Amino acid sequence: MSDSTSEIKHPSPHASWESRGYWEGAGRGELVLQRCSQCETVQHKPRGVCVSCMGGAIDHFVASGRGTVYTYTVTNQNQASGFADAVPYVMAYIDLAEGPRLLANIVGCDPETVSIGMDVVVDFVKTDRDDGESFAVPVFKAA
Amino acid sequence: MAESAFAALREAGLELSDVDGLFAASMTMGAMGVVELAEYLNLKPNYLDGTNIGGSSFVAHVSHAAAAINAGMCDVALIVYGSTAASNSMAIGTGGRHGSRSVGESFVAPYGMTTVGSYAMYAQRHMNRYGTTPEQLAEIAVATRHHASLNPNAKMRTPITTDDVLSSRVISSPLHLLDCCIISDGGGAIVVTSVERARDLALEPVLVLGSGEAVSHQEIGSPDLLTIAAKQSGDRAFAMAGVGRDDIDMAMIYDSFTITVLATLENLGFCKPGEGGDFVSGGRISLGGDLPINTDGGGLSSNHPGMRGIFLVVEAVRQLRGEAGPRQVNDTKLALVHGTGGTIGDKHSGATLVLGTE
Repeated sequence: MSDSTSEIKHPSPHASWESRGYWEGAGRGELVLQRCSQCETVQHKPRGVCVSCMGGAIDHFVASGRGTVYTYTVTNQNQASGFADAVPYVMAYIDLAEGPRLLANIVGCDPETVSIGMDVVVDFVKTDRDDGESFAVPVFKAA
Repeated sequence: MAESAFAALREAGLELSDVDGLFAASMTMGAMGVVELAEYLNLKPNYLDGTNIGGSSFVAHVSHAAAAINAGMCDVALIVYGSTAASNSMAIGTGGRHGSRSVGESFVAPYGMTTVGSYAMYAQRHMNRYGTTPEQLAEIAVATRHHASLNPNAKMRTPITTDDVLSSRVISSPLHLLDCCIISDGGGAIVVTSVERARDLALEPVLVLGSGEAVSHQEIGSPDLLTIAAKQSGDRAFAMAGVGRDDIDMAMIYDSFTITVLATLENLGFCKPGEGGDFVSGGRISLGGDLPINTDGGGLSSNHPGMRGIFLVVEAVRQLRGEAGPRQVNDTKLALVHGTGGTIGDKHSGATLVLGTE
C-alpha cells in the first residue's frame, strides 16, 4: 500500500489563549505541554485552569516527543477537503511518555505496519497560513 | 416532524391544545429550533427544552419531561425529532470535522477525524485488548438486518450474512461498510404525561421506571477509552428502577456502528468488559435469544437520520405494548433503552431509560 499520508493537507489549527503555548511551540518544532504549578499534573488538551486541583497557575514545558500507539485506524474514506485525496491515512491515539494522550496522524510508513504499542516520535508539518502566525501540526513517525 | 408529532398525539387521543411542554433537537434545527417548531406546530407550551446532547437527546428528553411533569411544570409533554439527512446528502460518518473554533476541536480537525474513525479506534483497541473479532461484530449487523427484514418501515430489508459484512469494503479499519449505520430521512415523536392523565387516554401507558445521563471522554479518548458514558448512566437507571440486568426482556441500544452495541452492552453491565464478543454471538441478541436488541432493525438497517435516539424509545414502547407484529418479543414487561450522543471514541453523552408496563 502506498504511503499517501504525506499528502494530507492539514486544516489550520485555531490558537485560543489557552492553546497558544501548544501551537506556537509546534511552530518552533517543539511539543509543548501544560503542567499545573500547584499539583504538577500534566494535562492535555491545554486549558486555562488545572482541572485536577482547580488551580489557576499553569506552566508550559517542552515534552520529549516520545510515545506509544494506544490505538489507531487506517481511514479509507473521508470526504473532507485535505483528506479526500490522502486516503488511506493513519489516525492514532498516542500515549506520550509524560502521561497525556493525544490524537495525531502516523506518517512515513506503510499504514499496514502500524500496530498498538508501537514506539513513535513526534515530527511537525508546517501549515500554510495567511495571518502571519507560524504554526505547525504535530504528527508522529516510527521511533 | 409535524407528521410524527400529530400521529403520536392522535394515537394518544390528545389535541394540540393539550400540549403544554415541548422538547426537540435536530441536526437541521438552529439554536432556537424548539421555538421555531412550537410556532410551526401552532403550540403554546409553558415549558420548553431544546437540550441537544447528540443522538441520545430524546432519551434524555423523556426523563427531563418526567421530571418536569413531576414538578408540576407541565402536564402533556411532546418530544419531537425529524431530519432529511439522506435527501440532503449529508456525509454524517465520513464528512470530517471543520469549522469549530473551540479549543478542543483544533486538536482533532487537523488529523482527519471522522465519526467512523473515532469508533474504529475504539474497536481496534477492544480487539487488541480482548481478542474481539470482526466476525463477532458482524453478528450484530446480521441480527439487526434480520430484524429489519420483519419491519415494513425499515430501509434495508434484504438479509445478510457475516461473510457479506466481512467482504464489504473497509471504511476505517477495522470497521467495514456493513458495520456502519445507514443514512436515511426520518422522524418520530413521543408523548409523556402523568400516570393519572395517561390512565384516561386511548392507550395503556408505558412507565418510566429509571433514567440516567452521563458524559465521558475528552476529544482524545481519555481517561479510559473502553469505559463509556453508558456505565455511569446505566448504573443510575438500573438503581432507580430497582431491577437487575437479568430482568430486562429486550433492549434498544444506539447502533451507530456494530462496535457501539458491543461497547454499550458491556458498559451497561449485561456482560463483563471484554465479554461483549461472546455475548453477541450465537443468536443471543436476535429475536428468540436471551436479550433481543434493536428489533426495529436499528440504525444499521432500519433508519438513521443523524440522531436516532427517538426511535429507540418508540420501538421499546411498541414492544412493551405488544404492537410489534412479526418482530414482537414475547411477554415484554421491561425494556432498556440506551442512547449515545457524539462518538464513543472521543467526547460523548449517554442516556439510559428503564421502561416497563407495571
